[in-house]
Amino acid sequence: MTQAVPSSSTAPYTSSVQRTPLAPSTKQAVEYWLTTYRRNWKGSVLTSFLSPVLFLAAMGLGLGSLIDAEVTSPNHLSGLDYLDFLAPGLLAGNAMLLAVNESTYPVLGGFKWYRTYTAMAASPLEGKQILLGHFVYMAFRVALASFVFLGVMAAFGSVGSPLAVLAPIAAVLCGMAFATPTAALVATRTQADNFSTFTRFVIMPMFLFSGTFYPVSQLPVVLEQIAWLTPVWHGVRLCRALCTGDNVDWTLVGHAAYLVALIFVGIAAARYTFARRLYE
Amino acid sequence: MSLIAASGLTKRFGEFIAVDGISFEVRSGEVFGFLGPNGAGKSSTMRMIGCVSHANAGHLQILGMDPIQQGAAIRARLGVVPQMDNLDEELSVAQNLFVYGRYFDLSKAVLRPRIAELLEFVQLTERADDRVEPLSGGMKRRLTIARALISQPEVLLLDEPTTGLDPQARHVVWERLGTLKRRGVTQVLTTHYMDEAEQLCDRLVVMDKGKIVAEGSPRELIERYSTREVVELRANEMVAVLSAGLADLLQKNNSTTAGALYERTEELPDRVLVYTNSSEQLLAHLGDIHPDSVLVRRSTLEDVFLSLTGRTLVD
Repeated sequence: MTQAVPSSSTAPYTSSVQRTPLAPSTKQAVEYWLTTYRRNWKGSVLTSFLSPVLFLAAMGLGLGSLIDAEVTSPNHLSGLDYLDFLAPGLLAGNAMLLAVNESTYPVLGGFKWYRTYTAMAASPLEGKQILLGHFVYMAFRVALASFVFLGVMAAFGSVGSPLAVLAPIAAVLCGMAFATPTAALVATRTQADNFSTFTRFVIMPMFLFSGTFYPVSQLPVVLEQIAWLTPVWHGVRLCRALCTGDNVDWTLVGHAAYLVALIFVGIAAARYTFARRLYE
Repeated sequence: MSLIAASGLTKRFGEFIAVDGISFEVRSGEVFGFLGPNGAGKSSTMRMIGCVSHANAGHLQILGMDPIQQGAAIRARLGVVPQMDNLDEELSVAQNLFVYGRYFDLSKAVLRPRIAELLEFVQLTERADDRVEPLSGGMKRRLTIARALISQPEVLLLDEPTTGLDPQARHVVWERLGTLKRRGVTQVLTTHYMDEAEQLCDRLVVMDKGKIVAEGSPRELIERYSTREVVELRANEMVAVLSAGLADLLQKNNSTTAGALYERTEELPDRVLVYTNSSEQLLAHLGDIHPDSVLVRRSTLEDVFLSLTGRTLVD
C-alpha cells in the first residue's frame, strides 16, 4: 500500500520528470471514443452490413423488378436499373441517419448522462479538442458503415465504376454535414425530448424527398428546389456519380464544397455552444 | 509558498451571485477546505480553481499562472475529483485510468505501472478488469480519486469527496487522503460535513451565501467561535420552556458564581444547545429545568457554523 502514489516516498511527486512535455490533442479524445467502440464494434458492423442487405434486396431487387419493367424511357433513371439508381442514394441516406444518431444522444450524454465531456474538460484537453475528437470518431463510424455498404453494393453487382471507392468519403461528407450542426444544436439542449421529433420531421423527410429513391425532378418544382438545399441531395448526387461513373464532372466539386462548407459552419457553431455549456 | 491565491473572486450566474468576492490562499503541502452548506458557492469556487469556469471579477492565480490564459497548462498539473462521478461505467476499472491518463498525453509505458500502483493504492487491484458499473459507490469514489492521481498532480481538488458514501466507505476515503497528505500532496476540498473538515483540513474557510465568514485551522475556529463544551438539552415539545428556564438561570447565577454558567444558547427544533466552558457547573445549577435527556460533548465546526450563521450545515 505504501509504495502506491509517488515514485519516491519522501518527496511529493511534483519533481517527477515527465511533467513538462504535455501535448494533449484531439487524438487523445478520439482514443477515448475508439476505446468505447472496441466494446461493441461487432454489433455495429453487423448492423451496417444487414441494413443495406435488407434494403437492397427488398427495394432494389423486389420493387426494382416492377419499376424496371414499367420504365420505358431511358431518361427516367438516367438509363440505370432501379437497384443501381437506388443503392448510391441509400449509401448517402444511411450516412445521414447514422451521423444524426451519433450526434444527438451521445452528445447530450457527454454533457448530461455520462459527463464524458466534463471529465475531459478537467484535463488539459480544450473545448475545441473535445468536440473535434468526437467529430472525428463520428466520421470514422460513418466511414466504416459506408465501406461496408459499398461492399454489399458490390456483392449485389451494383457498382459500375472504380470511382466508387471514393463514394464512402462522399458519404462521410454528407453525414458530417448533418452531424456538426446537429451536435452544435444538441449542446444547447437539456432534454432529449425533441430528438425523435427532429428525426421524424426533419431528417426523415430529407431521406424521402432528396433524390434517394427517385430523381427529384419527379417532384413539384418548389419541392425540387427545396431538395437542392438539403445536404443529403448533394451527398446523393456525389455518391451516385461516383458509383455509376455517369455524370462525373466539375459539378461534383461544387457538391463536395457545399458539404464541406456546412461541416465548417457546424464546427464553428459547435465550438461556441460547447464552450458555453462546458465552461459556464 | 502559496500554490493558489485568490482575491475578490466573484462568480455570477445572471442576477445570482454564487461567489461574492472571496479571498484565500492555499499553501504547498496543506489540506485546505471550503466548509459550508449546499449553495454556499463552494463548487463554483472549485470550478474556477479547476480552470473550467471563468471568474466575473477578482484575481486568481494557480501555480503562478493565470487560469484564463493558461488553463490547459494549469489543468495539466491538477487532479480533479468532481462531485458527481463521471467514470465511464461501461469500461473496465483499468481502462478508465488508461483513457484518462491519455488525456494528459502519458504514454502506455508510463501508464501501465502507474495504473497498477494506483489500483493498489485505492484497493481495487482485484477489480482491475471488471466493468465499473456494478461497483459500489465507495469503490467508484476511490477509482475517481485514483484517476485524479494518474498525472501525479501537484494539487488535488476534491469536490465533496465523501458525499453519498456510507460511514465505512467514508473512512476508507479519509484514510487514503490522509496518506496522500503525509506524502506532501496539496489538497483542496469542499465539504458540508464538519467531521470531514475536522478530520482532513489543516486550514479551512467557512463559506455561507457566497462569502467567507471565517478562516483558520479547525481548532482555532472552535476556540474562537465556540466554547470548550456543549451541553445538549433535549425535549421534544418544550424547547421554548427550556430556553426560558436557561435565561432565568443565567440572570440568577451571574452574580453568585465566578463566571457565567454558559456563554450562549442555540434553540433547535428538538433541543437547546448550551455553550459552556464548564458543563459540570452548568449541570449542577440546572435546578428545576428538566430536559428529557442531557448530552455533553466537545464543540465541533458545526457549532462554529451555527454561531456564525445561525443555521446548521446540513438541513
